[in-house]
Amino acid sequence: MASTAKRSLTLEEGGFAVFTGLIALYCLMAAAKTTDAVMAFHAWVGLALSLIGIFAIFKGYTKRKENPPQTIDGLPNYQLGPIKFASFMAMFWGIAGFTVGLVIALQLAYPALNFNLPWTNFGRLRPLHTSAVIFAFGGNVLLATSFYIVQRTCQTRIAGNTAPWFVVAGYNAFILIAGTGYLLGVTQGKEYAEPEWYADLWLTIVWVVYLLVFLATLWKRKEPHIYVANWFFLAFIVTIAMLHLVNNATVPVSIFGTKSYIVWSGVQDAMTQWWYGHNAVGFFLTAGFLAIMYYFIPKRADRPVYSYRLSIVHFWSLIFLYIWAGPHHLHYTALPQWSQTLGMTFSVMLWMPSWGGMINGLMTLSGAWDKLRTDPVLRMMVVSVAFYGMSTFEGPLMSVRAVNSLSHYTDWTIGHVHSGALGWVAFVSFGALYCLVPWIWNRKGVYSLKLVNWHFWVATIGIVLYISAMWVSGIMQGLMWRAYNALGFLEYSFIETVEAMHPFYVIRALGGALFVVGALIMAYNLWMTVQHGEVETASAKPALAPAE
Amino acid sequence: MDTYNSLAAFAQTWGLVYFVVLFIAVVAYALWPSNKDRFDEASQIPLRKD
Repeated sequence: MASTAKRSLTLEEGGFAVFTGLIALYCLMAAAKTTDAVMAFHAWVGLALSLIGIFAIFKGYTKRKENPPQTIDGLPNYQLGPIKFASFMAMFWGIAGFTVGLVIALQLAYPALNFNLPWTNFGRLRPLHTSAVIFAFGGNVLLATSFYIVQRTCQTRIAGNTAPWFVVAGYNAFILIAGTGYLLGVTQGKEYAEPEWYADLWLTIVWVVYLLVFLATLWKRKEPHIYVANWFFLAFIVTIAMLHLVNNATVPVSIFGTKSYIVWSGVQDAMTQWWYGHNAVGFFLTAGFLAIMYYFIPKRADRPVYSYRLSIVHFWSLIFLYIWAGPHHLHYTALPQWSQTLGMTFSVMLWMPSWGGMINGLMTLSGAWDKLRTDPVLRMMVVSVAFYGMSTFEGPLMSVRAVNSLSHYTDWTIGHVHSGALGWVAFVSFGALYCLVPWIWNRKGVYSLKLVNWHFWVATIGIVLYISAMWVSGIMQGLMWRAYNALGFLEYSFIETVEAMHPFYVIRALGGALFVVGALIMAYNLWMTVQHGEVETASAKPALAPAE
Repeated sequence: MDTYNSLAAFAQTWGLVYFVVLFIAVVAYALWPSNKDRFDEASQIPLRKD
């Protein structure tokens, strides 16, 4: 048996190589035929990336001595390469995205920083910031953690060898195309769904492979139960696929051009957009990161989740309620009143599963609260859950039509989004990366817990400055807009409200700067962990295994 | 009734029944006594070492 040739080009490798070759061919044709400068640029980028992909597949084939085994000494042979890549990219895009956020915060305070150039103006940098932090940073964190968690909790190697690589590399290629597109002025004009049709199609392919890899790994699991974190990941992957397809139902003007038109129109288009938009919050920024919470907090605290039963009720009620909450983005518009009320009612009901989940995460530490004093990584994740509770209390409040009449279109919304994004999503991601990086690089622990502590405090102060500045600024803005004088005229002109917000914009930028500093401390710490961290001794591992 | 009104009326009545039934089913599944052991076992999955 052992003498037979173990190494062969698998059908999977061949298939991906041929498919990537076809993409390269299309890119070459598009580069030759297009009259659109951005399309030509993206076609060349796509061609280069495709060729690198094909090269990587064959390099991988020639380098390895045998096809990777499913198990080594009876233990699952986990595939860690794509997880390492996604973790690295998460840190990279995180710093890029936070920095662009700081730049646009400064632009709002000091408009001269737009530099009067098309590529650097607020309108183009803002989607770059939102996509970089949500989809590039958050997305890579979700790819890394989902591939790690699904393998661990299923006690099996991930399905496929090339496919997981295709998912992480393809996803980052999508980010590159989308981000450079914004800077060059290519956008669909749909918030959080700005990439044009060709980037959308590419993401669809990558996402379908992601779903198949995830499902196939669940299918071959050695563990009879599917752990709750995997349910949240599955809901995230399936729902994002559905939202992406419906909200990006566009017809390109030419298959060699960037421009496309959406098939929906008028209020239907608006409703589809915010059905998409709010569920991107619900399923990308919530369900996916709840999966992280349900795995990493128990693991780090070394105790099981407070109530597994509650996690089941949490899961099903969250996914069945979230999908209806979108209309609260369209209060006082042409959307029928009852749909607005429906969106508002479901948003208020969402408070229950959200807080159920928060309680479940926090109470996991009951009896182990002392760990918060000694372990800044755990503290970061617990604070993230507290922020989750806070922003999911604020959200339903703001979805109430009467409150929304004050808060909508003001900075209050920006503050709310950032208490969720910085406090919940980023903090739970930081905590997860601080755990994950030493585990996958086989290190005893993170390089310096002291630096984690610094990161925690610098970033927390940054968040507090950010959200409190936006609360004050937003409520002030809303009140100024609706103020009338004795004669029934508006009390303030628009520019007066902008002027009044200036100090708060400066405070917000300061908060953002602290958040960037925290991320830089983290990047240094993780780099040192990988480069100089104390290696987890190999002999300890197999010795432990039989005892389990 | 036109399509819009009949659809709206359907959503506003049967929607309620759908959610109530769904919620009861989920809570019953989570609290069903014979499921307790399975859930207790599943909650230990992240803590297993290998």
